[in-house]
Amino acid sequence: MIKIRKLDPMNRRDFVKLGSAAGGGLLLSVSFPTKSARAAEPAHLDFDAVDMLGDGFQPNAFLHIAETGNIEIWVGRADMGQGVRTSLPMIVADELDADWNRVTSRQADAHPDKYGRQMTVGSTSVRRGGWMPLRRAGAAAREMLVTAAATQWAVPASECRTEMGRVIHNASGRSADYGALVGAAAALPVPEEPRLKDPSEFALIGTDVPQVDTQLKVTGQATFGIDVRVPDMLFATVLKSTVLGGSLESLDDSAAREVPGVRDVIKISSGVAVVADHTWAAFEGARALECSWQADFAMSSSEISTHNARLCEGDGVVAREAGDVGTALAAGTQRLEADYEVPYLAHATMEPMNCTAHVEADRCEIWAPTQNPQGTQRVGAELTGLPIEQVTTHVTYLGCGWGRRSRTDFVQDAVETSMKVGAPVQVVWTREEDMRNDQYRPASMIRFHGATDANGRLSALSARVAGPPLGVTDGPSRGDGADRNAVDGIATLLYDVPNLVVDYCRSNVQVPTGYWRSVGPSGNTFMLEGFIDELAQGAGRDPLEFRLELLDGHPRMKHVLQKVSEMCDWAAGPPKGRGRGIGLVEDKGGIVAQIAEVSVADGLRVHRVWCAADCGQIIHSGIVDAQLTGSIVTGLTAALYGEITIDEGKVVQSNFHDYEMLRMSDMPEVEVHIVRNREEPGGVGEPGVPPIAPAVVNAIFALTGQRLRKLPIRMA
Amino acid sequence: MAKFTLRINGTRHEVDATETMPLLWVLRDFVGLTGTKYGCGRSQCGACTVHLDGEPVRSCTTRISTVGAREVTTIEGLSSDGSHPVQRAWVTEQVPQCGYCQSGQLMAAAALLDKNASPTDAEIDEAMSRNICRCGTYQRVRKAIHRAAKEG
Ligand code: FES
Ligand code: FES
Repeated sequence: MIKIRKLDPMNRRDFVKLGSAAGGGLLLSVSFPTKSARAAEPAHLDFDAVDMLGDGFQPNAFLHIAETGNIEIWVGRADMGQGVRTSLPMIVADELDADWNRVTSRQADAHPDKYGRQMTVGSTSVRRGGWMPLRRAGAAAREMLVTAAATQWAVPASECRTEMGRVIHNASGRSADYGALVGAAAALPVPEEPRLKDPSEFALIGTDVPQVDTQLKVTGQATFGIDVRVPDMLFATVLKSTVLGGSLESLDDSAAREVPGVRDVIKISSGVAVVADHTWAAFEGARALECSWQADFAMSSSEISTHNARLCEGDGVVAREAGDVGTALAAGTQRLEADYEVPYLAHATMEPMNCTAHVEADRCEIWAPTQNPQGTQRVGAELTGLPIEQVTTHVTYLGCGWGRRSRTDFVQDAVETSMKVGAPVQVVWTREEDMRNDQYRPASMIRFHGATDANGRLSALSARVAGPPLGVTDGPSRGDGADRNAVDGIATLLYDVPNLVVDYCRSNVQVPTGYWRSVGPSGNTFMLEGFIDELAQGAGRDPLEFRLELLDGHPRMKHVLQKVSEMCDWAAGPPKGRGRGIGLVEDKGGIVAQIAEVSVADGLRVHRVWCAADCGQIIHSGIVDAQLTGSIVTGLTAALYGEITIDEGKVVQSNFHDYEMLRMSDMPEVEVHIVRNREEPGGVGEPGVPPIAPAVVNAIFALTGQRLRKLPIRMA
Repeated sequence: MAKFTLRINGTRHEVDATETMPLLWVLRDFVGLTGTKYGCGRSQCGACTVHLDGEPVRSCTTRISTVGAREVTTIEGLSSDGSHPVQRAWVTEQVPQCGYCQSGQLMAAAALLDKNASPTDAEIDEAMSRNICRCGTYQRVRKAIHRAAKEG
């Protein structure tokens, strides 16, 4: 049994374990008893449980040092472009004083507990995953190697140092490669409290070493899910209900079966699978299917919007409260109220959903571009009835994740299809099916009331959030409290507001919802920062000053905001014909401030974005810069174009022609400043997303006086 | 069904396919060249970009019957060892994030530089805006194209 206990980072025992390496060498596993490692990740997401990441370590790696001195580090998390295959091994290698050129990063298969929690969501791989466990693993290994060398040389271990994969004894001029020491080191006990480096000693952490897989990605050799090739495999796609939540009523597959290359048409739980000799035949077969679907859900976007507004008229569940908002609002010098709104968003990962499965009598093998390796393995076990040990799950490269791949619906398609056809099958969704069978970022609204006092300082704020929780179509809701994700970014606001209430009105509209890069703040920060700007402008205040005075209690946030204002010389103001606006967030342990500069003379154009970020101790500066710049693209895409509309229960958009993406020609010039400090590592992959939308609408207001309270931006 | 002879990355391939089959799926599912990606299937994203006699085309909407004798070049054939100037520049600038769109980006960039040895930002916008990068690597793509132009 794995014991559940609370994390005490200063006193961990047994966190690094010795293993026996086939072929010799030193094998260490980082192994914590954790709450999360209690069992495999559930096949079906529990959005509340997933939120409780803080309760345990999520170890991430196995470390093997071979007799050749070559080092392998297994990464339990999934890489979707955020670079964990590089950054997690860097943490181990730094404490180990390894020669980075001799380190090989390996993607781990799914395992119920070997790698701890493998779910890769919430910008957690470093901050709630690898940081301390991986440092300790590297440090423990280093200490064992030093002890082995010191014993061999009969010198005190304290006189030895390590560098680039060698133990060195200066006084005697002796040195040995790690590879020569692993035999002796493997016989030693694992130190319980290895000495960790002082951050000033870091040699790799915080640098910009080449990422481990760039070469693969520029030569077309990186294997994504869709690139998996298994001997004798078939190709399939799945036609799904055109109405959300619909089920198959009738099927005529005669034309589909005539399509050259089509082998079979079968019903699976999510729709109709067309199995063929190649992907194109499967796609053509699916197009030739005649299906009708039965569904109860028939709402349209305008009704959903009205429904949210009506919910705001009723009562909300309080998520956060301070002071006396009613009195403070009444006493305000300036009183404002406004409704803000955001739409459903699709993830539109660059690689459409796909999965390859091979189910046999006594085993099941799955290849998946998944953020949820353990859930994938569990789906395989549940559907086949096989014990979990007989389900092998390989994690491929992911062509984007954005939270979409935390779900396992596409895995289920592949496993079911393989079971039915008795062969290895790759299921690839068309872009159209991908866009119409997503779990969308929820459409929601916030009704704000706010007031400033005689000094023009924010004195009261009330925010009523109305929208569905995540996983709203997954079954009966668990309780009716304030959904943590729905109010995230608003209930968590860091501005000093003496009188504050945030409450939540739950919508049960049956449009599937799920994690979407940065989750709650993706919409809530737009709404909050837009309204804050309105209050500042209404009080005749500079929006920068207005915010800064509310941040005395949060010096890091204040610093980031000051920094970004210096980057663009806020005080000097924009060039003629341009406007500038601010957006600010603290999200998943990262603090990000952005200023956008826009013009509207030739249609809206975002020319420049300045971005300052404090994500605590960073691991790889190039990845952080890329994640922040990429987050701006994600956020700007949503602000300018992003909208999934529902028409009588059907998703209207289907592909990039009607669900547009930011392109090179729209790309603003982005300048990123990373605040360097030694605070605990924070999230990097998501907090850059929320601030850009408010920065842009606030810039539009500064330039034109037009206040936009709804996304995507539609200029009057 | 008909027989087609294709020249892909310098090698002849005999393929049995329907005339309307897109080159993309011939490459991926028949020839085994999976570096060329599927993103949209309707000439919207550029993930499937390959060269036909050096011209960048969207292979997802290029029917096999229209290829004829033209030489098909995919990411696997851009160089034998990743040494094409755009590939080297991409590595130096550490362009890829998830990497899924990058074969298409590289093929589009290589075709651009073939015609225009030192493109301006506007010319880069013009040539590269058919390629979507959902991860948002555009800024580094631009830098890498300028670098490749300079370093040849
Ligand atoms: S797959 Fe061909 S352009 Fe998108
Ligand atoms: S690198 Fe991920 S889509 Fe371009």
